[in-house]
Amino acid sequence: MATAKTAKFDIKSYRGFKAMTLICLFVLYAPLVVVTIYSFNASNSITTWEGFSLHWYADVFIGPDSDKFKAAAFNSFVIAITAATLATSIATLAATAMVRGGKFRLRTVSFGLISLPLMVPEIVTAVATLIFFNAIGFDRGILTILLAHTAFCIPFAYLPISARMQGIEDSYEQAAMDLYANRRQAFTRILLPLMMPGIISGFILAFIVSLDDFIITNFVKGAGVETLPTAIFGSVKQGIKPNIMAISTMLLGVSVLMVTISYFVSKSDNTK
Amino acid sequence: MSTDQEITREIAIDVRNAVKRYGDFTALKQISLSIMDNEFFTLLGPSGCGKTTLLRMIAGFEDVTEGGIYLYGDEIENLPPHQRPVNTVFQNYALFPHMTILDNVGFGLEMRGSSKADARKRAGEMLELVQLSQFAARKPSQLSGGQQQRVALARALAPQPKVLLLDEPLSALDLKLRKAMQLELKHLQRETGITFIFVTHDQEEALTMSDRIAVMSAGELQQLGAPTDIYERPHNMFVADFIGETNLLEVSVDKIEAGRAICHLGGGHELTCNEVAGIGTGAQVHMSIRPERLFMSEQPAKGESLHGRVKENIFVGTDISTIVALDEGPDFIVRTSNSDRGNKRIFEPGTEMYINMELGAARLLVD
Repeated sequence: MATAKTAKFDIKSYRGFKAMTLICLFVLYAPLVVVTIYSFNASNSITTWEGFSLHWYADVFIGPDSDKFKAAAFNSFVIAITAATLATSIATLAATAMVRGGKFRLRTVSFGLISLPLMVPEIVTAVATLIFFNAIGFDRGILTILLAHTAFCIPFAYLPISARMQGIEDSYEQAAMDLYANRRQAFTRILLPLMMPGIISGFILAFIVSLDDFIITNFVKGAGVETLPTAIFGSVKQGIKPNIMAISTMLLGVSVLMVTISYFVSKSDNTK
Repeated sequence: MSTDQEITREIAIDVRNAVKRYGDFTALKQISLSIMDNEFFTLLGPSGCGKTTLLRMIAGFEDVTEGGIYLYGDEIENLPPHQRPVNTVFQNYALFPHMTILDNVGFGLEMRGSSKADARKRAGEMLELVQLSQFAARKPSQLSGGQQQRVALARALAPQPKVLLLDEPLSALDLKLRKAMQLELKHLQRETGITFIFVTHDQEEALTMSDRIAVMSAGELQQLGAPTDIYERPHNMFVADFIGETNLLEVSVDKIEAGRAICHLGGGHELTCNEVAGIGTGAQVHMSIRPERLFMSEQPAKGESLHGRVKENIFVGTDISTIVALDEGPDFIVRTSNSDRGNKRIFEPGTEMYINMELGAARLLVD
């Protein structure tokens, strides 16, 4: 119990605790802070500060590269929303089967197969996916990106959904069926609403993972099709301009927003 | 018994030679029992005796491996749970946490095809019956355990099931609330006239509420009867030991004559009791004598008397338990009510005295 802890054994009293914490926080957040601050720099330089300006944000939307970035952003969001939706649906069904399917043979193997992609180096998945599309003669384009994203987003969506579902006792569905609900009604009226916080978390996680994916996207995208990460990479190759910092800051904003939503969804319990 | 007039003779649930096996493990070994319409029927036994399995087979959550289950004459063992007109009060209540109390209670009606408005109206009436109307708009987590218990009851009763199944519904409540709910359940059963099948491991609860009790152990039916039958005339060792406190003695049956069995307790002590079918002369069996059926005196009383010496007195609130050792024979526990204290003396340890009982107090057990 927290209250029973004496100050002596509190980890905060360990020597070097504060310094270690500060170093970790610095390493993690200093680059992000720098990028965010310099995105408001009035200068063309990315290292010298010449005063506050929204110039580079305007440049992203109306500057010479704006068409390229807008098209890439549109692709990114369409792919992220579609892939996250598909992955979440599949993950929800998979979680239902895994958690409610009883002890079927190969259950452990199935769980391994679903979560293995999280452990496989992304470059391997990228190469494998590319070879697969080539082998079946699938023309690379936005559809290949969508399929690849849907596939690798499934484990990300699956984890929060199955975690939520494991916390739901099966007596609720039994009670529903005892009260004249058939299997479908027990699922839609009882299980699905109870799973909803997990499903929303899963969707948001899949959305973010898809939105910022670079390696797999870069392998399976067709010529001329760009997503935001590949477009940013393309323009960084020609030298870093402050407009990249502005885009990065906006992406950071989207991520923070999504994570915040996810946090409040998991906090807000529809059972209270 | 007075309850016999209230219970109509129609059979509500008929379990015929039901067997339940999980792989190699047999949870239920060929059980047959008939539960009457309008009866408060209890399945009593220690955990793992198969009582909950039998209840879940009636509800439809477990398949019947062999045999059949009939509801008012109709075979139901192949119907899925949602097509059986029986409802369950679950041990953990299983109230839908995302729905209000009113929607919880109305759920069964709605699934049965009532309009939302009708379901709510009837749910409101049910909440009135269990005195929880003021909580209709709340979520289950905002209610206390006792209130949740009553909501679970209202939800299960709302669709007017033919039979209500109750799976240890009082086990999570504290003692006082449990006692109050026992009475409330009994009254509710009388008012609604619905057949109740109640599962519990608490023998006192079973004795208090039931019209009839089926005592189960290790997947088998040990005894079926009214609470007084089970308590006063236990059939075997298990029932005598499981229900209440008792003196279990090893005896040998010396002689049987005119419906009486004369038994030897060891140390030269003899005791006469009613004969029991299946126990003949020469049998080595057990005998059960309830401690409260014994009384002590300085001189042998009319009826059966045994001579002994007081070992110890133990104060247990309403009663005093006295441990008496027969001369070279077994120990007895004698229970004396504290309300009799004024006109009875307490025998101090070491005192020589007699233990007395009427003829029917001792019961021979089939092992």
